[in-house]
Amino acid sequence: MSFVIEASGLSKQYGRRWALRDCALAIPEGKVVGLVGPNGAGKTTLLHLAVGLLAPTSGSIRVLGASPADGPAQLGRVGFVAQDTPVYTRLSVGRHLRMGAWLNPNWDKETAEGRIEQLGLDPRQRAGTLSGGQRAQLALTLAIAKRPECLVLDEPVASLDPVARRDFLSSLMEIVAAQGISVVLSSHLVADLERVCDYLVVLVASKVQVAGEVSELLSSHHRLSGARRDAGSLPANQEVIEESHTDRQSTFLVRTSDPVHDPAWTVRPVTLDDLVIAYMSRPADPERTHRPQLKVTS
Amino acid sequence: MIEFQLDAGSGVATYLQLVQQVHQALQLGLLEPGDQLPTAQQVVAKLAINPNTVLKAYRDLEREGLVRPRPGQGTFITRSLPRTDPAAQTRFLGSMTDWLRSARAAGLGPDEIEAIYRTAFRGCFAEGVA
Repeated sequence: MSFVIEASGLSKQYGRRWALRDCALAIPEGKVVGLVGPNGAGKTTLLHLAVGLLAPTSGSIRVLGASPADGPAQLGRVGFVAQDTPVYTRLSVGRHLRMGAWLNPNWDKETAEGRIEQLGLDPRQRAGTLSGGQRAQLALTLAIAKRPECLVLDEPVASLDPVARRDFLSSLMEIVAAQGISVVLSSHLVADLERVCDYLVVLVASKVQVAGEVSELLSSHHRLSGARRDAGSLPANQEVIEESHTDRQSTFLVRTSDPVHDPAWTVRPVTLDDLVIAYMSRPADPERTHRPQLKVTS
Repeated sequence: MIEFQLDAGSGVATYLQLVQQVHQALQLGLLEPGDQLPTAQQVVAKLAINPNTVLKAYRDLEREGLVRPRPGQGTFITRSLPRTDPAAQTRFLGSMTDWLRSARAAGLGPDEIEAIYRTAFRGCFAEGVA
């Protein structure tokens, strides 16, 4: 199998602070990958490592089977839209396209001009006067017209209003449908990505908490509720991700590849939102913290 | 051509919602053999969902023998589903619409009306299942 991103022991340190630590990933090609985590978790660091803007402190990362900063050919294979979809405010839309054509050997003029026309943008308009949604669409156009095999987007919809957000994600999914490229996009809100991604990476406090196909993640996590009991009484094949207790009742979110048959439990499926929140609220380093004490909530 | 809608809060997987909407359209006679389903690109442009989700739904429908892809043309309905009784369907759609209108006229909001409907629906069908 070929991977869009393959990382092992990938770490990046700034002074004494770890921005990313011991990251291991093997993401198959052709996916729409959602990278989710709170602000400051290391999402941007991971994406900058993937596009070659940063070099790792230790460990390795390969993108489409090659080292990210491995010369112009590799740079041409990956399209990148940085946070807040930056454009040159004083340049017109048309000049952005001409610049894209000068800088990229595989520039697809037809696609670029076609998208600008479809979006109803005036090529003479200065990019600085575009709305947030239009600016994001211009940045996406520039990234896609270089005909990349993989598109990396850092928080592309965070600053957009709901309509512009929907329009942007629709455009992105149309591109995926037409060209079958891999996409990696980050967000601090899983709701933004729920409909579009089929692979999820949850990053919290500079560590990957969980990564996998969305359908597999949803089918291997369950919410169990029933009479109060201790996490220690659960079978060994059920990993507890989250637990809460009242004086009578216990609720667990567990990960297991086997079906749950214990009749004492009411078993419910989890949503992607439940799952991400459970992993986000987990102690950052479970092997070093003791089993959490039973907390009584009422 | 039908148009898909998504209910984000339903908890039903997106691909399954698409499959169910094709089933319903067949049962209501809105889709017939020979009709074309929207292309994956049309669906993703409207709903902003992953194209693989649409393809998965269409593969499921193909496995059921309800649709067949024609290369370069699209996906077409090949079989109809038995319609229970078109006249009964029309009659109940009518009386349901009347019921909804009278609930609105009584000052109930959409959430309340849906809650009443769901409670009654569950109560009615739980008798047979539980």
